[in-house]
Amino acid sequence: MKLTDIIADAENAIAQARDPRALDEVRVRFLGKKGALTAQLKALGTLPAEERPAAGAAINDAKQKVQGLLDVRESALRNEQLNAALENEKVDVTLPGRRQSSGGLHPVSQALERMEQIFATAGYAIVDGPEIEDDYHNFEALNIPAHHPARAMHDTFYLNNGLVLRTHTSPVQVRVMEKQQPPIRVVVPGRVYRRDYDATHSPMFHQLEGLVIDEGISFADLKGTVIEFLQRFFEQPLAVRFRPSYFPFTEPSAEVDVECVHCRGSGCKSCGQSGWLEVMGCGMVHPNVLEMSGIDSERFTGFAFGFGVDRLSMLLYRVDDLRLFFENDLRFLQQFN
Amino acid sequence: MKISETWLRELVDPPGGRDELVQRLTMAGLKIESVEPVAGTFTDVVVAQVKNVKRHPDAEKLSVCVVWDGSAELQVVCGAPNVRAGLVTAFARVGAALPGDVKIGRSKLRGVESHGMLCSAAELGIGDDADGIMELHGDYRPGMPLREALKLDDVSVDIELTPNRGDCLSLRGIAREAGVLFEMGVGQVDCAPIAATIADTFPVRLEDGAGCPRYLGRVIRGVNPSAQTPTWMKERLRRAGLRSIDPVVDVTNYVMVELGQPMHAFDLAVLKDAVVVRRARSGETLLLLDGREVALDSETLLITDGNGPIAIAGVMGGERSGISSGTSNVFLECAFFAPRAIAGTARRYGLQTDASQRFERGVDHGLQFAAMERATALLLDIVGGEPGPVVDTASRQHLPQARSIELRRTRLDLYVGEPTDPDEVSRTFERLEFQPQLERSDDDVWSISVPSHRFDMEREVDLIEEVCRVRGYHRIPVRMPTTRLELGRLPLDETPRGTLKRLLAGLGYQEAITYSFIDPMLSDLLDPGATTVSLTNPMSQDMSQMRTTLWPGLIKTLIANASRQQMRVRVFELGRCFQHVANELTQPIMLGGVLWGDRLPENWTNERASVDFFDLKGDVERVLEHAGFASVDYRNADDPVLHPGQSATIWNGETELGRLGRLHPELEHRLDLKAPVFLFELDGQKMLAHRHPGHRPISRYPSVRRDLSLELNADVPAAAVRTCLEATLGDALGDFRLFDVYHGEGIDSNKKSIAVGLTLQNHSRTLTDTDINALIDAAVSALERDLGARRR
Repeated sequence: MKLTDIIADAENAIAQARDPRALDEVRVRFLGKKGALTAQLKALGTLPAEERPAAGAAINDAKQKVQGLLDVRESALRNEQLNAALENEKVDVTLPGRRQSSGGLHPVSQALERMEQIFATAGYAIVDGPEIEDDYHNFEALNIPAHHPARAMHDTFYLNNGLVLRTHTSPVQVRVMEKQQPPIRVVVPGRVYRRDYDATHSPMFHQLEGLVIDEGISFADLKGTVIEFLQRFFEQPLAVRFRPSYFPFTEPSAEVDVECVHCRGSGCKSCGQSGWLEVMGCGMVHPNVLEMSGIDSERFTGFAFGFGVDRLSMLLYRVDDLRLFFENDLRFLQQFN
Repeated sequence: MKISETWLRELVDPPGGRDELVQRLTMAGLKIESVEPVAGTFTDVVVAQVKNVKRHPDAEKLSVCVVWDGSAELQVVCGAPNVRAGLVTAFARVGAALPGDVKIGRSKLRGVESHGMLCSAAELGIGDDADGIMELHGDYRPGMPLREALKLDDVSVDIELTPNRGDCLSLRGIAREAGVLFEMGVGQVDCAPIAATIADTFPVRLEDGAGCPRYLGRVIRGVNPSAQTPTWMKERLRRAGLRSIDPVVDVTNYVMVELGQPMHAFDLAVLKDAVVVRRARSGETLLLLDGREVALDSETLLITDGNGPIAIAGVMGGERSGISSGTSNVFLECAFFAPRAIAGTARRYGLQTDASQRFERGVDHGLQFAAMERATALLLDIVGGEPGPVVDTASRQHLPQARSIELRRTRLDLYVGEPTDPDEVSRTFERLEFQPQLERSDDDVWSISVPSHRFDMEREVDLIEEVCRVRGYHRIPVRMPTTRLELGRLPLDETPRGTLKRLLAGLGYQEAITYSFIDPMLSDLLDPGATTVSLTNPMSQDMSQMRTTLWPGLIKTLIANASRQQMRVRVFELGRCFQHVANELTQPIMLGGVLWGDRLPENWTNERASVDFFDLKGDVERVLEHAGFASVDYRNADDPVLHPGQSATIWNGETELGRLGRLHPELEHRLDLKAPVFLFELDGQKMLAHRHPGHRPISRYPSVRRDLSLELNADVPAAAVRTCLEATLGDALGDFRLFDVYHGEGIDSNKKSIAVGLTLQNHSRTLTDTDINALIDAAVSALERDLGARRR
């Protein structure tokens, strides 16, 4: 058989091969041990010596040519196959992923954390205290003796043995002062309890109390701290006003109103058309309170403030009924994830 | 405290209108809660007199009247029961517009023409009296526009007063405050002494001088029992939120609103022997004016006579001695009761009255004589009679003493945050009726005497507050505290709450905040036999017991959400519980969770499967590991609330960390939960710990994995295999995996098969086959020896 025919055969067979296996058979047929070109090489010996180099070179050229054709075809086939596989493995990327559901933190927890962090950046320590309190820490040590008319403001829940559910986080102030001398700079987050229930009152709610005691602390410092906190918390340059008020444990005392975050002071349903929202009480720590907890009220002065975390959360998240926070409806809670 | 603006402006009339007044008072601590018009909007209503009244020919309940409206006599049909000849009343002329879009036209009622309408107070939005047409008593000329005659272009201002400002529970107090704020003089109420015209007195004895340091009494004889309270007075009372009762009581209430002094009038005819002020004796009772009969406790200060109690001092009078329609001789009481003696009384009896509110907060102890004279003058005007002398019975050593308080300028400046003008201080206190006196030549200390109406002044800070308040808090500077910039503590072994909560959120749990007080029934069901703490005055029965565990709140949350068609619930809570441990109340922080429904959200990739014990345990393991409890013991729990075969307590050595398991199927059934409920509860304080990691060297030599398949008695716990292997292989065991558990076909029914993968390692050289085989042989023989295992 002539070399040119073999090459033509091979070209033909390679073109016919539809997959790598068929192509491999073609390789064996022409280049394998018993292949057509291998047979040609083996037959070289039968040629006269002077013809052998030229014939050998021709066979090698033919082998290289066939090998080249095989390589090209192989790479084409592999590409084809890969493309088919890629096509085959294609997924709908819009189908949802496989996973556990995500949970989340309660909105009140999130707001509380935000408040704590704002104060923590200024070096306030976060402290905690018991929720069942004795009369001394909840009232007496805060300058609210038995029969004081201010007790009526508190709607206290009572337990036996003179214990109460704390009506504010202020008893923790006392616990801090009993243990530590000034400078004191703390915030106290926590649950508090009052006997009241409607759209804006829950018998259980959250307060964050702040206490700063040092030499030279003034009402001006209190104003600065409260205003800055409210503006940081809402990230808005809201107007803030201080109204004289009364708490037995602070003197002077103030109630703080913040410009309504909904209507920006022009009057709406949330603020009862007044343009102001009442958000916290504060004042200079009463010297009686300092003295009762063993702090020199001549050397040190301080301020304290306490605000309703739930109320500020309502404003931050635009929740219009406080009770939603404690119904724990997953459809509500998941909105804050 | 409610008050008519018009009345207030008779004493002090500041410029700037109503808004300015409201604003200034609010910003001085007298918060205006509301401002309500005292009448509805209407036109063409005048004072008129009924001239005569005839029965309507065709209607039993209607009358046909002739009414004189100052310009004409008109025929008017009226249905009111109190219409009568001579009555001066309110008349809406034809063409009048009344509140509620009512137009008065000429009309025929059952065939009789009516030219206008006689009006009730309610029809004009003047209070809520709809029982009959208005009755005007006093100098009201027919034809006067009613709005003018009754000064109805007025508002009722409701002031929310803090408990320290008892001095503002009166017209005079608010006027004084407004005078200070606007720097204006304030008109005085005429309290000139009224001379006695008879000598009659009634004896008074103070047995409790501390409770009642002063008691003024006065007899007035021959009052007119049929006299009427003048309309102007009724109106002022109404605008102060008080109902008219009868002229004598109305006068005492009027003086209370005007001056702040509660008074009481007794029917002299009923009083026996003497008025004695004393504490109650055991067994005494009193039928009160409001019809309630109360048993009196020994703390209660009483007004008594020879027949027993006649009033709870400073709170409420008794029925027996009260003014009635037949009273013609009156004994007037005008006393100073000490706040301490009254405080709490009203609350104990559930009787918050206008009097108790004032006495509790402190009534001006310099006010009694003036109030008695004022009341006498008004009574003589309205009901007539002959006054006796005022008899003063006092326990002088118990009367509050005049006081003065020192105010240091340095202290004031410190509080305010900047220097204060000394003139401002003097001016402020003078206007407040304090007497400031510069004590020292260097102008630095004032001695300020406190007026008798200010019960809230005790210390220097109280004076400082007055200066700040009168100046206005808005005029105090704003600045930030300066302090040593100390760095905070960041303990290595603590986890912030937010981090722990976010770990659970990452596991798919939603945080809940449930009430600390729960339903005792649910508590009993989920923590039977626990010693609990109950509220003595709960909101309701189902919020009456403090939780001992978080599970009731979580299960309630689960039930509520399941009933809202949730298919899966994962909820946790971090909060305090309230327990008794060895008779001591403890308030530990707990971390609890509930797991229920489908394992994964419904999705095209997975089969629907319900959560089981091992989903629960996996989540709990994650939390425990985070807190540094990598190897803990799970012991079968003997917990009546949980499934006996699917529950465990968790131990770190001999410290219990918590519990987990499936709710007992019996409870699931009783709570009507259709799928198994899985619960955990861990010691929250311990979970807020954090394992502070330290580096351990990693072997640089290759490790080798060998799997072992073992047959064991079915009751050998899986944990025992691990314990045995760890003990036998020690450091050589780099990792342990339990990858198969099998019961069933091919194995005895009392046996099980467990397959474990052991990763073996050495820190100093490469393990040879000989090493590995020796380790495996040792492991297998230990398992055979200790656990009766057989290698399969």
